[in-house]
Amino acid sequence: MTSQPFRLPDGGAIDRARPVSFSFNGELLTGFSGDTLASALLANGVHLVGRSFKYHRPRGILSAGTEEPNALVQLESGNRSVPNLKATRIELYEGLTATSVNCWPSVRFDAGAVIDVAHRLVPAGFYYKTFMWPHGGWHFYERAIRRMAGMGRAPTGRDPDRYERMNAHCDVLVVGAGPAGMAAAQAAGRDGARVILADERSQPGGSLLNMAANESGTEPGWSSGVTAELESMKNVRVLSRTTVTGYFDHNFLIALEQVTDHLGPDAPARLPRQRLWRIRAGRVVLATGALERPLVFANNDRPGVMLAGAARAYVNRFAVLPGRRAVVVTNNDSAYEAALELHVRGVAVAAIVDHRGRPDGRAVRGAEEAGLEVMPGHAVVDTNGRRRVRAAAVARIDGDGAIAGPTRTLACDLILMSGGWSPAAHLFSQSGGRLRYHAALEAFLPDHPRQSVRCAGAINGAADTTACMREGRSAGLDGSAAPEAASASPTPPAQRQVFARHRAGEARAFVDFQNDVTAADITLAAREGYESVEHLKRYTTLGMGTDQGKTGNVPGLAILAGTLGEAVPAVGTTTFRPPYEPVTFGAIAGRDIGALADPVRRTPMHAWHEAAGAVFEDVGQWKRPFYYPQPGENKRAAVARESLAVRNAVGIMDVTTLGKILICGSDSVEFLNRVYTNAWDSLAVGRCRYGLMLGEDGMVLDDGVTAHLSPNQFLMTTTTGNAARVLAWLEDWLQTEWPDLNVYLASVTEQFATMALAGPGARQVLVGLVDDIDVAPAAFPFMAWRTGRVAGLPARVFRISYSGEVAYEISVPARHGMDLWTAVLQQRSGYEVTPFGTEAMHVLRAEKGYPMIGQETDGTVTPLDLGMQWILSSKKDFLGRRSLRRSAMLASSRKRLVGLKTEDPEAVVPEGAQILPTPPSGPPETMIGHVTSSYWSATLRRSIALALVIGGRDREFHTVHIPLDHGTLRAEICDPRFYDPEGIRLHG
Amino acid sequence: MLLIPCPWCGHRDESEFTCGGEAHIQRPPDPAALDDAEWADYVFMRTNPKGRHRERWCHSHGCGRWFNVERHTVTHDIVAVYRMGETPPDDGDVDGS
Ligand SMILES: [Zn+2]
Repeated sequence: MTSQPFRLPDGGAIDRARPVSFSFNGELLTGFSGDTLASALLANGVHLVGRSFKYHRPRGILSAGTEEPNALVQLESGNRSVPNLKATRIELYEGLTATSVNCWPSVRFDAGAVIDVAHRLVPAGFYYKTFMWPHGGWHFYERAIRRMAGMGRAPTGRDPDRYERMNAHCDVLVVGAGPAGMAAAQAAGRDGARVILADERSQPGGSLLNMAANESGTEPGWSSGVTAELESMKNVRVLSRTTVTGYFDHNFLIALEQVTDHLGPDAPARLPRQRLWRIRAGRVVLATGALERPLVFANNDRPGVMLAGAARAYVNRFAVLPGRRAVVVTNNDSAYEAALELHVRGVAVAAIVDHRGRPDGRAVRGAEEAGLEVMPGHAVVDTNGRRRVRAAAVARIDGDGAIAGPTRTLACDLILMSGGWSPAAHLFSQSGGRLRYHAALEAFLPDHPRQSVRCAGAINGAADTTACMREGRSAGLDGSAAPEAASASPTPPAQRQVFARHRAGEARAFVDFQNDVTAADITLAAREGYESVEHLKRYTTLGMGTDQGKTGNVPGLAILAGTLGEAVPAVGTTTFRPPYEPVTFGAIAGRDIGALADPVRRTPMHAWHEAAGAVFEDVGQWKRPFYYPQPGENKRAAVARESLAVRNAVGIMDVTTLGKILICGSDSVEFLNRVYTNAWDSLAVGRCRYGLMLGEDGMVLDDGVTAHLSPNQFLMTTTTGNAARVLAWLEDWLQTEWPDLNVYLASVTEQFATMALAGPGARQVLVGLVDDIDVAPAAFPFMAWRTGRVAGLPARVFRISYSGEVAYEISVPARHGMDLWTAVLQQRSGYEVTPFGTEAMHVLRAEKGYPMIGQETDGTVTPLDLGMQWILSSKKDFLGRRSLRRSAMLASSRKRLVGLKTEDPEAVVPEGAQILPTPPSGPPETMIGHVTSSYWSATLRRSIALALVIGGRDREFHTVHIPLDHGTLRAEICDPRFYDPEGIRLHG
Repeated sequence: MLLIPCPWCGHRDESEFTCGGEAHIQRPPDPAALDDAEWADYVFMRTNPKGRHRERWCHSHGCGRWFNVERHTVTHDIVAVYRMGETPPDDGDVDGS
C-alpha cells in the first residue's frame, strides 16, 4: 500500500521532514509530525475506526475536534493506557499505538453487529423495559450487557505517570485562542492586566488553522504576529493544549493541560504528563467558538460521512483528502466554502444538496461560478455502503421535509454535511448564565450572565472573523462595553433545519452517534410521554456519552419539538454540567496519592514499635501499635499474652495520640461545667476527673480525663480520633456563644509523649523510676496527678486507668518520649514490662464494661443508653442536658448497653451482628439490637461482647439469638462489667 | 468553589473554611424552661431559604475564627461578611429569618 495515499503533495501545518510511524488496530502506518491520529488515519485512507455503542455499526471520523462522537480509541496498553480518547484530539507521536473500542474481535468483523440486524428488538428504553423483569433480573443481564457494550478498558495497575496541580490567579482568563480569544488576550495584555489564555490546541489560531489562507479574513501573518506579542508580554501566560473543562462559582475554573501527552513515551521525566489548573479569574472571556451540527437522515452514520467544517480542517491544516468524490449536504452557507476548498484541492464535488429552496449568498454564487452543481430544495434521504459510504440517495423535499420527488443516487466516497453551528456555550451555562434561542441561527446563545464573564466570537453567533476579532478586543478590554449581539453582526446565514422523513423504524437516522440514539427513538420517547427534555435525555441516553452530545443535542431537541408540535425554545435545553471534556483521575488526584494522600502522624516512640514488629492500626491519621506479635504468634495469641500481662504483672502502652487541650483563663471551671455533664467546681489542683461531652442533641460526643494543673489552668484529654473535632467544638462555643468567658484553648497533643503503665506491678515499676514523687497509695491516690522526674526526665504522672488495674500515665516533653519508653522497659524492679497495643486495651476495657467512643457510640447513643446516669449533674445546665429529658430519649424502645455471653464460650460474635429475641424464622425478623464490641477474653477464658439492646438490663439472664451466615449463636444478656465489677483492683 | 472574604485574612478559597449553618440562633438561656417542641426547634430546625441567607463560617484552615456570611443560596453571591457579635449590615431582604 502506498504510504499516505490521501496526503496532498503540499500545504498544511504538518512537518513533512518528520515522518512518524504508528500502529492502529495492529496495522503499522505512517503520518507526519503535526498530525492528529485522525488526520494520519485519513491520510492512509482509514475511515472505519470504530463500532457504535449499542448497535455496533461501523463508524468513521465525523469531526476534527473535541466534539467527536465516533472515533474513540484505547491509547497505548498496560498501565499507561487511556480508554475512550478521541482520535481527533490525539497528537501523533513516534510509536503511538491505538486500538478501537467497542468492537470484538475486530473492527472489521464485530460479533455485536448482529444487534444491528435485530435492531427492531432494541428501541429506546429497551433496557428499562426488558431487563427489569423478572424482579431483580437486571443483575443477571447486566453483566452480559456491560461486556457487550463496554467502552474502553481501564488499566488495572498503578499509573506510572506523574500528574500535578497548579493554582493560578489572573485578572482576565480568556478561554479559546481563535481570532476572538487572541484579540481579547492581546487587548487585555496591552492594558496591563494579568492574563491567562487557555486553548485546547497545540498552537493559537482556532478556526484560522482550518481555513485556507485566503479565506481567513485576517491579514497575512496576523495570527503568528499576535502569538509572538502574547508570548513576549510578561503579564500574559499562554497555556496551549489546555482545555478549560469546568466553570464553578466565583469565577473558579478548572483546566486540564496535557503537558506531555503529545510526546508519548519520549516525554522528559522532569515534566508531568498532565497538569490540572485551578484558576481564580477576576473576569472570564469565553471565546470558545461554535460546533458544527450533523444533519439527520437515514444511514447518516456510515464511515465517510463527515462534518463539512471538519473536511476543511483536514484539507487545509493537515493536507489530507478525506475522499475523492464528495456529496455536500447543507442547510446553510458555511458548507459551500468547504466544498470550494475541497474542489480546489482536487476533490470531485458531485453536488451541493441544499435544504433551502433558494440559497443565495456570496458563497453560493462562488460555488456556482466554479461550476459546482447546486441542488436547492433537496436533501440526502439515504446512503449506502457498508464499511465506507458508496453513494448518497438525493431527493427533492417539500416545505415539511417530506420527500417530494424521485430519488437520485449519486456515487461518492464522502458525504459532507452541515446542519448549522451550535455555539460552544457549555462553560457559560456551567457558570450559571442563561441561554436564549436564536431562531435564525437555530441555536442557543449566551444571554444573561450570572458571573463576571463575557462572550466573544462565534459563541455569540458572530458571522465572520472580523466580527470575532472586534468582539474579542471589546471583551478583553474592560468588560463594560455592551457585547456585540448576534443581531448586530452581518446577517446570519439563513438556515433551514429539515429532517428528511424516513420510513419509520426501517432506516437509521442518527442524532447521537455515540449512544446510537436515532430520530425514531426520540419520536418514540415523545409518544410514550417523555416530553420533558430532561426525561428524554435519560430515557434515550441522548447526549450522555463521553462527547456529552456536543453535535447531536440541538438536532435532538428540534426533533422533539417537531414531534410535540412546539417551538424549540419551548422544549428548552438540558443543563450543561462539568466537565466539558473528560478529565483523567490522575490529573484530579495530582500528587495526592500513595504516601502523600493523607499525612501520617507517628509518635516519638514509633521507631521502637516498628523495630519490635508491631502491627499498626490507623486511628485518624495516627499509626498506633495494634499488637506486638512475637515469633509464631497470631493476633489472638499476641493479644491474649498482652492482656494477661496487664492483669497479672505490668504492661506499657503508647497513648501519646490521645488529644490534649490546654485550657487557660479565669472562667475555665465555668467552661468545663458547661461542656461536660458533670460538675467541676470542687476539683482541686493536683486532681483529675473523667468527663463526658454531649452534643446539643444529647448524644455522646467524646470522653476523657481532665486534670486541674494550676489555678485557671486545666489539661483536657480527648479520644485519639476526636481530638480536632473536640477542639473545634469548644472553640465554636467560646467564639460564637460565650465570648464573655475568659477562656483560651491550645492543642498540645504533639508537645507531649505519653505512656500508660498498667497492672498490679505498675506501682513497683514506677517506684524504681522516680525519686521526687511519693507514689504510696495514700500520697498518690487514684485520680490524682503529680509532677516530678521519671527516669531523670521532667514528667507529669496521672494516676488514671482504662484497664481496671492500677495504672499511671506518664507524660514527658515529646523529645524525651523515646528515652522514657526505653528506660521503663529496662528498669530492674523485678517485673518484666510488656508493651501492649490498642487491641489488648480494647479487650481490657471491655472486660470492665467501659464503653468506647466510636465503638459503643455512633452519634445516636445517649449517656442514659450507656447506663451512665451517675455522671449527669442535676445541679447545673450543660450542653445536651435538655435533650435527655425529651420524651423520645426516655422511651422504653431505646437500645441500652448490656453484656453478652455466648452459650458456646469459644464463639466470638462478629461486631455488628444483629440480635433477635427468638430463633430466626425467616424475614422479616424482629431485631432488638446489635453487637458493638466482641473479643476473646484470655483473662476470663471465654468470649465477651457488648451490645446495644432494646430494654437493656431488663433482659438480663434472657437468651437471645444471633443469626450468622452459618447458623445461629445463642447468647445470654448480662451485666457488662465482666471482670472485677466492684473495682477493687483499681485502688489496689 | 466560593471565594470567601475572611474578616481577618482576606479572600480565601472555600476549601479553607467550614460552614456552621444558619447564623443568629441563640442558645436559650434557660433550656429547662422550654417544652420539647421549643427545644427541638432550637436544636434541629433550620431555615433553608432560596435567596439571601445568613450563615456562620469558620476559617478553620486559616486563622480559626468564626464569623458571619450573608450569602445568596442561588447565585452564591456573598452579600456581606461581619464578625461575631456585630450587627448584620442591613435587615432588609433576608429570606427565612
Ligand atoms: Zn481568617
